[in-house]
Amino acid sequence: MASAFPDPIGRAPSGISGLRRGFPAAADGTGEASSPESGGRGPEAIRLEGVVKRFDDRTVLRDIRLNVGEGEFVAIVGRSGCGKSTLLRLVAGLETVSGGKLLRGGREADGIDPAIRVMFQDARLLPWKSVLDNVKIGIRGLSSKDAEHKAREALRLVGLEDRAGEWPQALSGGQRQRVALARALAGQPRILLFDEPLGALDALTRIEMQQLIERLWERQRFTALLVTHEVSEAVALADRVILIEEGRIGLDVPITLARPRERDSGFAHFEKRILDRVLTPGDRLTSPLDRLKDAIPYI
Amino acid sequence: MRLLSGRKIRGRLSGEVWLPWIVPLLALAVWQLAGSAGWISSRVLPTPVQVLEAGIRLIGSGELARALGVSTGRALIGFAIGGGIGFALGLLNGVASLAEKLTDSSIQMIRNVPHLALIPLVIVWFGIGEEGKIFLVALGVSFPMYLNTLHGIRSIDPGLVEMGKVYGLGRGELYRKVILPGALPSILVGFRFALGIMWLTLIVSETISADEGIGYLAMNAREFFQMDVVVLSIILYALLGKLSDMIAKWLERRWLQWHPHFRTPSGARQAA
Repeated sequence: MASAFPDPIGRAPSGISGLRRGFPAAADGTGEASSPESGGRGPEAIRLEGVVKRFDDRTVLRDIRLNVGEGEFVAIVGRSGCGKSTLLRLVAGLETVSGGKLLRGGREADGIDPAIRVMFQDARLLPWKSVLDNVKIGIRGLSSKDAEHKAREALRLVGLEDRAGEWPQALSGGQRQRVALARALAGQPRILLFDEPLGALDALTRIEMQQLIERLWERQRFTALLVTHEVSEAVALADRVILIEEGRIGLDVPITLARPRERDSGFAHFEKRILDRVLTPGDRLTSPLDRLKDAIPYI
Repeated sequence: MRLLSGRKIRGRLSGEVWLPWIVPLLALAVWQLAGSAGWISSRVLPTPVQVLEAGIRLIGSGELARALGVSTGRALIGFAIGGGIGFALGLLNGVASLAEKLTDSSIQMIRNVPHLALIPLVIVWFGIGEEGKIFLVALGVSFPMYLNTLHGIRSIDPGLVEMGKVYGLGRGELYRKVILPGALPSILVGFRFALGIMWLTLIVSETISADEGIGYLAMNAREFFQMDVVVLSIILYALLGKLSDMIAKWLERRWLQWHPHFRTPSGARQAA
């Protein structure tokens, strides 16, 4: 299953990817982040081969080719309505593809996968369960005692272990989203999907949450797919930023900045480059064949 | 009031507890006064003391306990049958759109018939035995339970259901952890409505056709002009209605602790 040849469109050659991924590990030098190299090898965590998604007669995604390596953090940006959330819902198994192939962990996707967790824009905590019990929802197949232990540990990771017994309504929006993050992490998922998880938070809380997500990702090395309309958030978190324009991948930029990310000139460079492209969708990075397909409806 | 607000909070709280009692107690006092002074004839309306005496007399003879037991039994059996059917149908139609398409419009049609209009029919069908009264109570109770269960399930945030699915909850778990608790506030509203209808239906059906129970007690007393017993029966119904309302409120407070509306000010338990 392992693809010997990197996909020509979807992904940078693995050699470069390895170099890039080695960079943050050398920079922070902690033991926990010692195996980032594995990202470029083995079967990809997520692989989309010419995926098409239609709702009735409206085509939302056309011919998406994308590989996400094991442990890689990929952000998907784009204007609202460009199809980025649909892409995430496809990967989550909440929608099915209309054409092409979607592989998760080397196998064709079939519905909801317990190894995949989703964090939504709203926390979606059950108001009738305590914070701790909400986190326990994310843990399957363990005895109640073990599950509670794990849930408490997940709450500790997000810094809310002292709020375990409270109702979700007693928490602020940022705290609720942290509980949702703990719930997503408690099951130790291989893949974590973020659907604009910080969109509803204020600017300060958002930056704190970004740092928290980055820290936890470096610790646990799950594969992360982040959908956001905020370019700076994508640059702050991701190894690679993918821009979706009108249902196609318009840009695929590796972010070669050290972690933890500082908002310095390098950061600004990447942010500007992606933003410029978002604002002026001009020449597309698509193959001639794609351009031809594009032109056909207008003939 | 000035005096109360000057005290400590504890004192003010107990003052607020007594506040709702002032009007009924005042009414009782005026009623008693009017009776004792002879402004109202005891043939029209006996005084509270006379009603109380009648109550004591009937408790002593065991008649009251018997009537109460029979009436409460009818009410509860009818409620269990009708409430159960309404709840089950609401649940079914809330989750299965095929069942809803099949039955909902028929149920809505029957709902619009005042169920007490069926009394002549019920007497023909069941006579004046127990079945008729239980049937009427069950019929009346089932609609508020049905409507509110259905409404509760429909008004659940679909985001929560989607979350449950993504987090791998099976069908049974989705019901137990997401759908039922989400619908519970509305189900309890239906429960309260149903309790009210339960007593109403029972009162009417007992006064029309019964050979025991509170309604029978009242109708029988009317024939002998025992106005004290008639008034006592009415007060008993009021007390029973109030009691069931208190039970419903207690259930709401117990089961909906998470709901901001029902949170008690002393919710320190949650901070454990």
